Amino acid sequence: MAVWIKACAADDIDDEDVIRFDHDGRTFALYRKDDQFFATDGLCTHEKIHLADGLVMDYVIECPKHNGRFDFRTGAAKGAPVCIDLKTYPVKVEDGDLFIYLD
Amino acid sequence: MHIVIIGAGECGVRAALALREQGFEGSIDLVNGELHAPYERPPLSKPGDDGLIAKPVSGSEHLADKGITLHSGITATKIDRGTKQIVLSDGVVLPYDRLLLALGARPRRLAIDGQDVPNVHYLRHFEDAEIIHRSIESGKRVTIIGGGFIGLELAAVARQKGTVVTILEAAPRLLGRAVPAEIAAIIEARHRAKGVQVLCGTSITSIDAQGRILLGDGTQITSDAIIVGIGSLSNIDLALDSGLDIDNGIAVDGRLQTSDPSIYAAGDCCSFPHPLYGGRRIRIESWRAAQEQGDHAARAMLGSSDLYDAVPWFWSDQYDLTLQIAGMSGDAKKTVRRAIDDTALILFHLDQDGRLLAASGIGPGNAIARDIRIAEMLIAKRAHPEEGSLANPALKLKALLAA
Repeated sequence: MAVWIKACAADDIDDEDVIRFDHDGRTFALYRKDDQFFATDGLCTHEKIHLADGLVMDYVIECPKHNGRFDFRTGAAKGAPVCIDLKTYPVKVEDGDLFIYLD
Repeated sequence: MHIVIIGAGECGVRAALALREQGFEGSIDLVNGELHAPYERPPLSKPGDDGLIAKPVSGSEHLADKGITLHSGITATKIDRGTKQIVLSDGVVLPYDRLLLALGARPRRLAIDGQDVPNVHYLRHFEDAEIIHRSIESGKRVTIIGGGFIGLELAAVARQKGTVVTILEAAPRLLGRAVPAEIAAIIEARHRAKGVQVLCGTSITSIDAQGRILLGDGTQITSDAIIVGIGSLSNIDLALDSGLDIDNGIAVDGRLQTSDPSIYAAGDCCSFPHPLYGGRRIRIESWRAAQEQGDHAARAMLGSSDLYDAVPWFWSDQYDLTLQIAGMSGDAKKTVRRAIDDTALILFHLDQDGRLLAASGIGPGNAIARDIRIAEMLIAKRAHPEEGSLANPALKLKALLAA
């Protein structure tokens, strides 16, 4: 059953940035851009590198290893070397905390 | 229109796919000298957790779906520039309107007696990697000739398997060609701490039939296997035979066009003038440049007049350390240090006017990746970043991009 999980304080994430969140043996990347928040799987679909070490520019996260790029709003892979989209998760902010909806 | 691409490594495959992405609807023939479907080379010297596998650049089915004809196990034997035809090793003759040479490089061989004894290995192809990784098993003794990236990456893999490893380097230090001394020293210290014997400033006199290495100072080294990684040579024979200009590789202009307007070259095999570095002709052997140049050559063949100006970038993984270098530091006059913490360091290389030319970083995992990526963007912008901001790890480099 899917539930909302408290991930962090919203302000733990700087604007146009990303942090790592681990929960129940899984790992995620949480993003902030112009006070909108997003969540995706943490590992790049190319070689399982954690995206939280990558660079956020606008709505794109770039893998720190081989520069695979994804739109973190939709998870869409944006070309070589990545061809598999990233899974995304709903998020919400309540009382300054960021929640992620996990199944 | 017919486009033929010779060489199905990272560069050639990327070019073929990019042609379709650009909407090209003519025929594409991709000549693959190997029997394997096109695979990524970086994991050959640094396999991931799954061990050595031929990780596809793009599967054969995907290429077929894109209408790309893959000729595997076939080489090109002749370019007939007059009739614009390629002769293949199986006798097939392919006409071309545009031809891309993505011929890659091959390992430089030792120039001493004994290099052909059975346990001397060079790494280029997947089959070489299979032999090498079988030879680096626990309890075995391996000698690595050449303290460059391939040698050091294989040394790290071998030590982690419990192999006894000796590295022989001719120069006074490791990684002399491309890496700043301070970072090379960090890498050398890590290898020594892991138990690798590192011998710099050594000359090799001979290797005997039993694989014993005789050094210039009389020392004799016995090992179960010898791995040689002393650089590479660009594959230019096909271009040379057909009369194309050669200059440290196949000479191309800023669009990656050779001296024949119908023929382009990209990746390890070509040298090109780099706009960011005063138009100096350089040749880059790196995974990312192979992709970017393949992509660029595809667009150039379809008529784009853009110049190739991507910032050179490469990485190496050894133990838990990752090295990344963006740009070229050859003309640097000043270095600014950014010590991110006790384990991660970035050096910024600036010219006399404070323009950022290159950045070199080393650290565990991907600790330096984001800052190197930002440095790469600053280099591309020909930025003159404020030195205090570069040096202060508490300040985010990203702020400099807006400046």
